[in-house]
Amino acid sequence: MKLSRYIVYDILRNKVIIAYTVFLFIVSLSLFQLEENTGKAILGLLNIILIVVPLISMIFSTIHYYNSYEFIELMLSQPISRRRILLSEYFSTAASLLSAFFIGTGIPVLLFAFNDTGLALLFAGGTLTLVFTSIAFLASVKSRDKARGTGISLLLWFYFALIYDGLVLLILFTFSDYPMEKFTLVLSALNPIDLARIFIMLKMDISALMGYTGALYKDFFGSGQGVLFTTSIMFLWVVLPLWFALKSFVKKDL
Amino acid sequence: MIRIEQLEKRFKKLQALDNINALLSSGQVISLIGPNGSGKTTLIKCILGLVKADSGSIHVNGKLIDSNPQYRSDIGYMPQIGRYPDNMKVGQLFSLMKNIRTAPGNEPDTDLLVQFNLVSIFDKPMRTLSGGTRQKVSAALAFYFNPEILILDEPTAGLDPISSEVLKEKIIKEKKKNKLVLISSHILSDLDELTTHVLYLQEGKMIFLRSMNELQQLTQEEKLGKAVAKIMRNEKKEALWIDELLAAGFSQKKS
Repeated sequence: MKLSRYIVYDILRNKVIIAYTVFLFIVSLSLFQLEENTGKAILGLLNIILIVVPLISMIFSTIHYYNSYEFIELMLSQPISRRRILLSEYFSTAASLLSAFFIGTGIPVLLFAFNDTGLALLFAGGTLTLVFTSIAFLASVKSRDKARGTGISLLLWFYFALIYDGLVLLILFTFSDYPMEKFTLVLSALNPIDLARIFIMLKMDISALMGYTGALYKDFFGSGQGVLFTTSIMFLWVVLPLWFALKSFVKKDL
Repeated sequence: MIRIEQLEKRFKKLQALDNINALLSSGQVISLIGPNGSGKTTLIKCILGLVKADSGSIHVNGKLIDSNPQYRSDIGYMPQIGRYPDNMKVGQLFSLMKNIRTAPGNEPDTDLLVQFNLVSIFDKPMRTLSGGTRQKVSAALAFYFNPEILILDEPTAGLDPISSEVLKEKIIKEKKKNKLVLISSHILSDLDELTTHVLYLQEGKMIFLRSMNELQQLTQEEKLGKAVAKIMRNEKKEALWIDELLAAGFSQKKS
């Protein structure tokens, strides 16, 4: 992956990535300063991370892909396989976003809340970065047009971050006469943001704040298995979109 | 050597390439000409494997181009638009290329690097370069690895007259080294001194592939532009287009 090294170098100098790091750092630091109770600070941070990390990962990856289009073309005219080029692009984008996240949020969390919950928060944020970079790559590879690709990314973010919860609630209300427990578990697995939330809630052990699905998880799996389940589904969320993106990129006309 | 057999490519409604058969051998400088949208860039992209043909085959130096990207180590490509990562420095781009294309026992060809004076801007980031300078970088990259086949897509567009002259001399030099050069361009006057063969495309069909000598004998014209124009007029196809092109070429020469 010699190519990745150069792309990472390029991205890390990008002003957006630097601004993202600084933003995360200031927000995390001020939350820890404002709240006496680190648990509450982590909760506040969690809500920000669940919204901001997916959004930035999606938008940045999409824009980066389209900006690199001519460069990707040039790389493709060299003796390197398509698979390797797209993977290099993915790993460098993901690595840059991850390092921004770990510097911005990781340092304050390690300073103020170096415990199970803090580490879980970092793990969830990191995984969300990988998941949404992966989804963004799929969206951009599939659509040739820049405006369309960015639009699709934004819509997907809206869907996962805002619309999805509403839909789940609607379904639960409509079918409230039926036993819906297991079905709800399946539903939550279909949204990586929900999964990340549940993952941290399981660690925090505050069932009052866990919401309906969180309580169900605790009930159904107990903490240990719940964590295992969420982690493996998250892993699928990273791998599957990337795999589909690769499949379509290998056959694509550029 | 590039062998193209029954190449077909269709983009939805548009037949971009229609049954192209051609044999391009080393020592030739082939000018790929034709109106806008005639399939020139698509043909180049097919050879590079950027566009996958619907049917037909392309062999580069005897190797069928399919999934194995190794054949591209014989090709140097200069794209029409060169855009590079914003924060990458010029020197880094070259070291990156060296990293991914190491040819054992093959010294990189730094002629253009020196003549375009690119070494002096090695520590400048790509985003600060002008369009013309980026074009020079693309050109230097294409020649850097001493490839047997050079594919240049609109190489002189955006270059100043001096640089464009430097590039032409370089192409002539490579021609003498028995390399295969494929140039697509709209500025026919630029191609005059270089071309040995002309490949004329129109609406995805190959109208002819002839040597310059043949063309000159056939039409009794010295200049490439006029010779092509004469043939097109005789065949009464798109004669207007070539007139326009000629006019453009002449006005460019005067200015």
